[in-house]
Amino acid sequence: MNEIGLLVQRLLDETTKTSVGLFVPELVLSGTIVAMLLCRILPLLWRVPAQWIALLGAFTAFAWTLCQFDQLVGGTLQAKEIFTGLLMFDQFATFFRMFLCLFLILTITLTVLSGIPDREDGPDFYTLLLGATLGMMIMASANHLLMVFLGVEMASVPSYAMVGFLKGRKKSSEAALKYVVYGAGAAGVMLYGISLLAGLTGTGSLPEIGHRLSLIVSQGAGIGDPIVRTIVLASLMVLVGLAFKLSVFPFHFWCPDVFEGAAAEVAGFLSVASKAGAFALLVRFGLAFSGGSAAVSEIAFALGIGIGVLAAAAATFGNLSAYGQTNIKRMLAYSTIAHAGYMLMAVSALMVMKYSKHGGAESTAVTLSCIEGLIYYLFVYLFMNLGAFAIVALVRNQIFSEEIDDYNGLATQCPLLCFCMALCIFSLIGLPPMGGFFAKLVIFASVFKATSVHWAMWFVLGAGAINTVFGLFYYIRILKAMYLKPRPDGARKVSYDLMPVGLFVLMICLPTLGLGVLPARFTETFNNVASVLLTGR
Amino acid sequence: MFTAETLTSWIIFVPTIFAFFLVFFEKKAVEAMRVFALAGTVVTFFLSLALIGQFTAGDGGMQGLVKKEWIASWNINYQLGYDGISLTLVVLSAFVFLVSMLASWGIEKHVKGYLILFLILETGVMGVFFALDFFLFYVFWEVMLLPMYFLIGVWGGPRREYAAIKFFLYTLAGGVLMLIALLMYYFGSATPEAMAITGHSGGSFDLLKLAEMAQSGKIFSPGLQVAGFILLFIGFAIKVPTFPFHTWLPDAHVEAPTPISMILAGVLLKLGGYGIIRIAFPLCPYGAQVGAYALVAIGVISIIYGAFAALAQTDFKRMVAYSSVSHMGYVLLGIAVWKISEVTGAAEGRDYWLMGMNGAMFQMIAHGVSSPGMFFMVGVIYDRVHHRDLNQFGGLSGLMPNYSGMAAVIFFAGLGLPGLCGFIGEVFVVLSAWNYSKTLAIVSAGGVILTAGYILWALQRVYLGPVYKGPHPEAITPMTSREQAIGWLLIVPCLVLGVYPNFVFNYTNDSLTKLVETLDSGYQNTPKPNTVQTTQK
Repeated sequence: MNEIGLLVQRLLDETTKTSVGLFVPELVLSGTIVAMLLCRILPLLWRVPAQWIALLGAFTAFAWTLCQFDQLVGGTLQAKEIFTGLLMFDQFATFFRMFLCLFLILTITLTVLSGIPDREDGPDFYTLLLGATLGMMIMASANHLLMVFLGVEMASVPSYAMVGFLKGRKKSSEAALKYVVYGAGAAGVMLYGISLLAGLTGTGSLPEIGHRLSLIVSQGAGIGDPIVRTIVLASLMVLVGLAFKLSVFPFHFWCPDVFEGAAAEVAGFLSVASKAGAFALLVRFGLAFSGGSAAVSEIAFALGIGIGVLAAAAATFGNLSAYGQTNIKRMLAYSTIAHAGYMLMAVSALMVMKYSKHGGAESTAVTLSCIEGLIYYLFVYLFMNLGAFAIVALVRNQIFSEEIDDYNGLATQCPLLCFCMALCIFSLIGLPPMGGFFAKLVIFASVFKATSVHWAMWFVLGAGAINTVFGLFYYIRILKAMYLKPRPDGARKVSYDLMPVGLFVLMICLPTLGLGVLPARFTETFNNVASVLLTGR
Repeated sequence: MFTAETLTSWIIFVPTIFAFFLVFFEKKAVEAMRVFALAGTVVTFFLSLALIGQFTAGDGGMQGLVKKEWIASWNINYQLGYDGISLTLVVLSAFVFLVSMLASWGIEKHVKGYLILFLILETGVMGVFFALDFFLFYVFWEVMLLPMYFLIGVWGGPRREYAAIKFFLYTLAGGVLMLIALLMYYFGSATPEAMAITGHSGGSFDLLKLAEMAQSGKIFSPGLQVAGFILLFIGFAIKVPTFPFHTWLPDAHVEAPTPISMILAGVLLKLGGYGIIRIAFPLCPYGAQVGAYALVAIGVISIIYGAFAALAQTDFKRMVAYSSVSHMGYVLLGIAVWKISEVTGAAEGRDYWLMGMNGAMFQMIAHGVSSPGMFFMVGVIYDRVHHRDLNQFGGLSGLMPNYSGMAAVIFFAGLGLPGLCGFIGEVFVVLSAWNYSKTLAIVSAGGVILTAGYILWALQRVYLGPVYKGPHPEAITPMTSREQAIGWLLIVPCLVLGVYPNFVFNYTNDSLTKLVETLDSGYQNTPKPNTVQTTQK
């Protein structure tokens, strides 16, 4: 009896004294959600606009994560497992939480400017937005199979509702339904994989998995061995769930329809934020196999190759399908599939280098640059993709269309928006001196290094290179419409306020250039994040 | 104030600074903007002349070296410098930009955008010529793409969109190949032996250091050199363009507005030749030597093929475009006539090779003057009668005697008439080819006859004959004083270079002598995979 009391005491201590303190940003977001809903009920506060509350909450959470990150880098805060090992508090997680909060701020600002949720729906919309972000933050810090699933679901469920938020529009509802059905299916498969993995290892803790697996896998066991087969099956099932969130071929079918049906703001949010969360989770899951025996490493190595093939397929498929699109959001949806492919190449290179038989100091350096490349890519992607979607949203408010043909000759009417779109597109193509180029270079460099370990990585690298050229085909169509075509007579005039709107668009598009011209500072930070994650230093 | 170290950066960025200030001009102040942009090109041209003043003759090495840290974690530096090879091309480019700017007075559509893009293009070009860091080189190389796409796509002829995207795709594809080669060399130079040369750990992008490593022969394996050379060569050959990769050129040249055609022919094609001399050969001497016969053959095919294609054209501008393919074939031929003694591996008749190199350089400069001249002459008549059908001209010498005289001089310079600039390069190249392969030398000399054929035939159809047969005879007016000035500006260097070729050789000879020596020793130092293969060649 006394021992149980002691245990409870320790649990309480751990939770209240350390875990909750490090969990404040998430709590702030939860508090903001409650505050928004309360304001709606209380008659006096009814007039407080929800977006300002949401913005305040997002700012607070962002500032808090920023401080945490700063302290982690400075060494005043130590990385540790919190909530009895359910979540991980380290630089990697905190960086992604910070990233998501920043993105949340930008998205809320965009919705304020474009006015997509009206006053009536504001609290609902921002509740969903904050809720989804909360889920993604948990994905980024998940340290336990249970939290993996919870995080994915917490991120997904509000997303389903947000996609269907344009009430009364058939396409929107259809998109939401499609998203729910696919999401539920993928989640089911993932849960099954998680339960298999937990059943095999007897633990849900991610860092433990590698060690536990090496106890049950005998040396030299091939794919014929039932245990190996089960492990591979379980890992693949977990990957299915993540691939769905990443919208990677062949689990991408929801993506174009959802993006077309949802508002551009929501599509922009989903394309960046859910990818960031899912990639953080994927890296953690990939690293869960470390610390195991050679046989476990071999399984993880094979998984890495498989991910590489998947990445090549996603990039190629995404780019080729985008070519035929006439709706800009659909085209951008396929482009996100392609970009997920590029980023997945970094994960593939990471696993291949990490679990290859000939490890060493050099392969550690390469794994660092894999994660550095992935983070860099995500960071640039935040700006370039949000920028593109923001411009789509702003232009939609004026011309009531999202067809590329209706963009004809826009450059004569809104040069600033078109210039910003051009910046985003050049970055998406990956041309220097834009940030997209440098990010791609870092990833290609890691894949190139991985070719020395396995020949299949040549295939991945080749696919990446060819796809850069493929990508040009369709991205340039947007610019062609904007700059090369004349504006048809009688087309709707586009006008916007320079002050908040123009400034905001410039603010999110100029970083794509800055990240390409002055990457030094960022690469160092990201390399540090990677180094702490992989080597503990 | 202006030392050689700072001048290089000024030359690169002065156009950008002018472009930046153009943004603030009133939209209606067209004339003022033109004058301002012209001032930008004039300043750049005088700065490039000042750089000649700083040049130390007799020194074949790099001068005015600047090295500033840019992205330290990747060993990327902002590294500039110049030798006789880059200096002559820089002066040529500054001159061609100046003349093209004068020729741009006829552009009426979106003048501000045109001028800004024009000046940014100049920055990209100058950056490529000065960059001594592979990464920086690549960045500038791709920076040229964006303005060029718009310059052709917005201000071009009827099929401009097709031509612009074709140009973009070809060059981007070449760029991606170059990117892979860049990574190969970066990681290839990360070995411990390479560290003795670079003085730091990790790979290097420093072109001088990489060339030094290639010369030492121990660091880059023959396999790497061959693969790297193929990638680099295709990347640059697209730009030159040589025979199988040339198909973008006729479209781009024909559709581009006259000043842009002048820049394309006068400057952009030279970048391909420059890339081969500066990067492809020094970084992979072994690969270059192994492929020498193929290169010479490609050069000869380009000469003959281009000439035959030019003969077959009925469009005046297209004919001039194909003449570029033919003329640039001499450049490749001159660079590649590297004959080795099969016993020692040393170059046989190295002075002939040096002569070929000098001829190639001279041919680039000469073509850089005569080809813009030809495009300009086509533009003058096109502006008046709005067609370019060779069979519908005639009798212009009676109607526009002044113009016809100037055009005749320029076209004769392109033909290679002794006393004009086209002659020296061709003779040097053909003479040096004799040492390499008598058959190919004879074939390439045959190209001279074909060149004379298409140029004389074109002159006859356009300028001679009794009457003008085409549409708009009423529009044929004498040249304006601006056009005459441009004509004289182009004719003078044609004459001067033809009479006194040392204006070029004085600068290029020392640098090329050094280059030939390093390549020679680089090939000898590289361990051959097996002797049987080399003796077979």
